[in-house]
Amino acid sequence: MQLLEFQAKELFREYGINLLKSISSTDIKEGRKHAKELGYPFVIKIQVPVGGRGKAGGIQKCQNDDEFELKYPQVMDLIIKGEKARAILLEKMADIKKELYLSIFLNRSKRCYTIIASAEGGVEIESVKNQIIKEVGLGEVSDELAKEVAKEMELEGNTAEQFVDTLKKLSKLTIEKEAELVEINPLAIMQDDSIMALDGKFVTDDNSNFRHPELQKYQEKTEIEEQAEKSGFSLVELDGDIAVVGNGAGLVMSTLDMLSDNGGKPACFLDVGGGATTESVYEALTLISKLDRVKGILVNLYGGIVKTTVVAEAFLKAYEDNLIDLPVFARLKGTESVKAKEMLQDSRTNIFDSVEEAINAAVMGVKK
Amino acid sequence: MTDIFGLLKGKPGEPDYEKKGVIVQGITGSYGSLHAANMLSYGTNLVAGVTPGKGGQTWNDSVPIYNTMQEAVDATNAKISIIFVPAKFFLGAAKEALEAGIKLLVAIPEHVPVRDTMETLELANKKGAVIIGPNTPGIMIPELIKVGIMPPMPFKAGKIAVLSKSGTLLYEISDALTNAGFGQSITIGIGGDPINGTRLIDAFEMVKDIPDLEGMVVVGEIGGDSEEILAQRIIDSGFNKPTVAYIAGRAAPKEKRMGHAGAIVMGNYGSAESKISMFNKANIPVAKRPAEVPVLLAGKMEKSD
Repeated sequence: MQLLEFQAKELFREYGINLLKSISSTDIKEGRKHAKELGYPFVIKIQVPVGGRGKAGGIQKCQNDDEFELKYPQVMDLIIKGEKARAILLEKMADIKKELYLSIFLNRSKRCYTIIASAEGGVEIESVKNQIIKEVGLGEVSDELAKEVAKEMELEGNTAEQFVDTLKKLSKLTIEKEAELVEINPLAIMQDDSIMALDGKFVTDDNSNFRHPELQKYQEKTEIEEQAEKSGFSLVELDGDIAVVGNGAGLVMSTLDMLSDNGGKPACFLDVGGGATTESVYEALTLISKLDRVKGILVNLYGGIVKTTVVAEAFLKAYEDNLIDLPVFARLKGTESVKAKEMLQDSRTNIFDSVEEAINAAVMGVKK
Repeated sequence: MTDIFGLLKGKPGEPDYEKKGVIVQGITGSYGSLHAANMLSYGTNLVAGVTPGKGGQTWNDSVPIYNTMQEAVDATNAKISIIFVPAKFFLGAAKEALEAGIKLLVAIPEHVPVRDTMETLELANKKGAVIIGPNTPGIMIPELIKVGIMPPMPFKAGKIAVLSKSGTLLYEISDALTNAGFGQSITIGIGGDPINGTRLIDAFEMVKDIPDLEGMVVVGEIGGDSEEILAQRIIDSGFNKPTVAYIAGRAAPKEKRMGHAGAIVMGNYGSAESKISMFNKANIPVAKRPAEVPVLLAGKMEKSD
C-alpha cells in the first residue's frame, strides 16, 4: 500500500527525520482550529495516494483567514487521477535555500535496494538530474557510504552531516518497515543550513503485512475489498459495467485487455486465485452482486487441476439462492466442460467455447 | 550459466538419467499432497517428502517422509526440491533446503515478503543454487518431468521454450501452442513477484542454446522492466530463433496492483507500452490475445525458413 504524505511523515517523525510543523484534518471546522494553532503563512496540501498533485492544484499557499476559507474547500474538492482527498495537511511555510532528492527503493532488475540522491530535487523523479545511484543490498547504509553520497552531492559542513544522518535514518526505516519505496522529494536545505523533509512517499511490501501490525491503521479498503481479501481474492474496482472474474492474475488481466479492445468497460478485476472451487466462485459472485454499477458478469476460467463442473455448481447455487439476477457470460476450459455446459444449459449462464465469443456476447449483452 | 537440463534430466549414462529425484517440502499439507500426487502421476520421481514431526511415516504408501531437509537429502542425494509451505514459513524452508545442498529450488508459495526472497537469493548465490519463483507454477520438461503445479493437458513435448510470469496464462498459451502443433521443450514459470529467483533473462540464458530449439515464447505482464531487459539481451546476443511475446495488462490502471505483487505500473515504469515497444525494437511480434501467439509464431517460422 502507498501511504499518504502525512502518514509517511508520522513514520519519519518516529525515526527522527527533521520535519516542519504540520497538522492533518478532514473537514474545514477542524482545519480552522489547526490554522490558528499553526499561524500563517502555511501551505494547504491535499492528501491523495497518487503523485502529480502539485500540478493539479492540490498544494496552495495560504496567507490569511480569507484565503484559507477560499482555498481549503477548493483543495478538498479536487479529484486527482480519480482519487478524492483523504485529508488535508496544513504545513508551515518553509524558507528554502535549495531542494534535494533522496529515495531508497526496491530495485527489481538488480534485485537489491538502491539509493537515488540528487542535489537537484523538487521535480518528479523522471526529471531529476545528476542522479547519484548506489546499490545497497538489503538496505543497510554505512556511515562511509552515506558520507560518500553527501560528498558526491557537494554538500558541506552542517548540511552534509544532517544529510548523512537523514539517509541513515531513512535506511533504518526502509529495513524495519520493509518498504518497497521511501522517498523524500524535496529534501530541503533551509536558510540556516538545516535539512527538512518537505514531502514524504512510502510504499510498503504488502506481503510483509503479517509482520507489521503497526502499519495496519494506514490500510484503506472498501468493504468489498476487505471481503475479497478475506476470501483470498485479488480485487481491483474499476469504473465500467462488466465485472471480470477469472483464475490467475495474468489470465484476468488478459481478459480485461481483450474486453477493452472490444469496446467493453470492466467494472472490476477479480482473481479468485490459481485454483477455483465451488465456494470461491460462489463467494466471487456474492461480492459482485454488491457492486451496483455491474450490468453483466464475464467469467474466464482456465480450470487446470479444477473441474469445470465444480464451477458450474457455484453458478447454479447462486441462481437458486437468488444471489444474482445479472446475465453471466462464461468461458470454462478444463476437465468435464461438456458436462458443465449441460448443467448450465437452461440457466442464466451463457457458456462459450472461446473467450473471444464470451467477450463479444458480454459487450452486446450489457448494451441491451 | 545454469545447466537447467542437466539438473532436471541429467546426462545419458548417469544412473538417474531422466529420473532425477525430487523432494517435496510440505508434502502432508492439503495443497502439497494434491500436487505431489499430480507430479507423481506425471512421472516425476518423488524420492522424499519433508514435514517436521512426521518423519518416519510414508506419504501415499510410497514416498518416505523426513523431519528435516538434511535427513531427506542425506537419504536420497536429491538435488531438486519444491516448496509448498505457507508464505510466512518460506524463508525457513528455503534456507533449510539450500543448506542441505539442494541445487534447484522451486518456490510455489504466493505472498512471500520480498525481503525473505532476497535473503533466500543471497544464500542461493553463495551455494550455487537456482531458485525458480516464488509465486510460480514451477518448471517442466513436458512428458518427462514436472516440478510444479501445472495441469498436464496443455503441454506436449516439443521444441519451443515458453517463459512466463503468469501461471494460468502459461497454461492457456501452451494449450494454444500444442493445438497448433507446437510442443514445448521446456516451460519456466518466472513468477509474479517483484523479485524473481530466476528472471526472464536468466531463463533465456538457460534455454537459448538448446540444440534443437525451434522457437521461444515470452509471456510477460505489466510491472518492472524484466521484459525490456530481456528484449535488449536478445538484441545484443544476436539470438535468431523465432520468438513471440505476449504482454498482459494493457488495460490495467496505473499505480494499482493487479493481483500479482509485481504487477503494478508506476508512472511509465512497468507499463505495457514500454515492454511492447522494446519487443518491437527487438523485432519480436507481440500478440494481442493469447490465441494469436501460435499464429504469430508460425508466421515468424515461415519467414526464417
